[in-house]
Amino acid sequence: MIEVDIEKRLGSFELAAQFATPAAGITAIFGRSGSGKTSVVNALAGLLRPDRGTIKVGDEILFSSEAGIDRPPEQRRLGYVFQDSLIFPHYSVHGNLRYGMKRGPAVDPALSFDAVVELLRLEPLLERRTRDLSGGEKQRVAIGRALLAAPRLLLMDEPLASLDLAHRAEILPFIEQLRDRMRMPIVYVSHAMEEIVRLADTLVLMSEGRVAAVGPVEELSSRLDLRPLTGRFEAGAVIRASVAGNDLVFGLSELAFPGGRLRVPHLGLPLGTPVRARIRARDVSLALAPPPGISILNVFAGRIVEIAEDSGPMVDVRLDIGTAQRPVPLWARITRRSTHELALAVGKPVYALVKSVALDRMSFSPYDPVPLQDRG
Amino acid sequence: MPLSALEVSALELSLRVALVSVIGSLPFGLAAAWLLARCRFPGKSLVDGLVHLPLVLPPVVVGYALLVLFGRRGVVGAWLYDSFGITLAFDWKGAALASAVMAFPLLVRAIRLSLEAVDRRLEAAARTLGAGRLRVFLTVTIPLTAPGLLTGAILAFARSVGEFGATITFVSNIPEATQTLPLALYSLIQQPGGEAAAMRLTVIAVAVALLALLLSELLARRIARRIAGAA
Repeated sequence: MIEVDIEKRLGSFELAAQFATPAAGITAIFGRSGSGKTSVVNALAGLLRPDRGTIKVGDEILFSSEAGIDRPPEQRRLGYVFQDSLIFPHYSVHGNLRYGMKRGPAVDPALSFDAVVELLRLEPLLERRTRDLSGGEKQRVAIGRALLAAPRLLLMDEPLASLDLAHRAEILPFIEQLRDRMRMPIVYVSHAMEEIVRLADTLVLMSEGRVAAVGPVEELSSRLDLRPLTGRFEAGAVIRASVAGNDLVFGLSELAFPGGRLRVPHLGLPLGTPVRARIRARDVSLALAPPPGISILNVFAGRIVEIAEDSGPMVDVRLDIGTAQRPVPLWARITRRSTHELALAVGKPVYALVKSVALDRMSFSPYDPVPLQDRG
Repeated sequence: MPLSALEVSALELSLRVALVSVIGSLPFGLAAAWLLARCRFPGKSLVDGLVHLPLVLPPVVVGYALLVLFGRRGVVGAWLYDSFGITLAFDWKGAALASAVMAFPLLVRAIRLSLEAVDRRLEAAARTLGAGRLRVFLTVTIPLTAPGLLTGAILAFARSVGEFGATITFVSNIPEATQTLPLALYSLIQQPGGEAAAMRLTVIAVAVALLALLLSELLARRIARRIAGAA
């Protein structure tokens, strides 16, 4: 477990963060800029000293104002990947990678020099000068450098924020590899919901220096009351599914989830691969009866759970398209006018029409160590 | 054109005094720069002012103050003599001390600027990689401060070679003991018919200065290349 309960005053800003998450998979800390995300991570790393509180990772207390414990950063064994990589300019790539390595053979063979170089494809960079590296390459070196110090946990503070889109796409798969192949627990700070949905298991939602909510990504990202924090534009649902069929004739993959099958463009993943699908509210339409003669492949029967109506022209409707045992939330963004013309109300059965073309490859992530049934 | 005995001794003494003063004052300069760049404490402006004092005081005042403090009967001087048998006044070591004091502000200024330019997050990154404070200081802070250390050392060296006022006041002008190049030049100008010898010394001074500048330029380039991310 990672347990954080800290208070810190920074000028007029007051941080009072409290949460506990499993030290496994990726825990994302999400919030607008200035919400205190980075301060929390810095406190974890030992770079920011809280005024009061406790920080615990596993069985070890890293900070406790009561017990007078404040382990220095170099003894915490927490790797840190910064937003702007912070490669040492006076060392070669090789020197940077070796900086945190202990003498002698690596305790964990997965974290040996050769294994990390192979994982992050650093071989061609080793002899390069650091100033000639691109932003994405620098970030890969920074990740490798942090891993080679053999941390028990990796902290990543918006590692993609200073990269352009192409380089982000270059780095993301490596972070997924850390999660899936290395089983390295990661605390990932971001203000981009797409990244979090793709990567994270647990979400810590921060707002104005406080933790607004903690829970599984699927649950928090589809909760209505948190929408002001998770963002209106990105409104959508995350569905946990697994590859159940590949239709090579039409180039489609079928994803099974409790309550139905989702057809998406062919993913090239083996059967049984767990994936996570994000369906944006604006890609979902509603109908009172299953519509005949329609090009949309994905039609799901469901029930209205919640209607978020304000004075604007658009309304977000939350549905449940799962089974009685395992509800599966889905959001639909429709006009307020349609809501009234169809007389939509909570409890009413409806059909959700999902454009399968709206599900791009980026929205899926092969996943995950915990079986589906074990998750709340 | 072989150098005369007086020229050789003046040149040798000047270089020795300057070298010893720079090497001896570097650790103190680094400590003072660190204090001023990194620490916050009451009376910091006072320390800052004290460090810069030799820059604005007449050198004679500094020389006289040194004589009072470090002379055989001075507070520090008496203690040094009684405890270690060291005499600074009227000795080349005193000339080195006078040079070091006069050059100190330049040294501290250059190192401080360089220290302030070091991205402290690089030091934080090093600590998260398991490096303790000392290792961070030696492997990150010092290498990145190297340009400032070099600039400061060169400025201090140049200032030391040219030091006159504080030196002549503190250690006097004794041939082959405290007569550095500028002092020798001064003596020659005072003598009737010393113009030719004075001119020779001038040429030597210019040559030494040029050589030093050239060397430092080469060194500075190498260091700049290293910390700009060369292999």
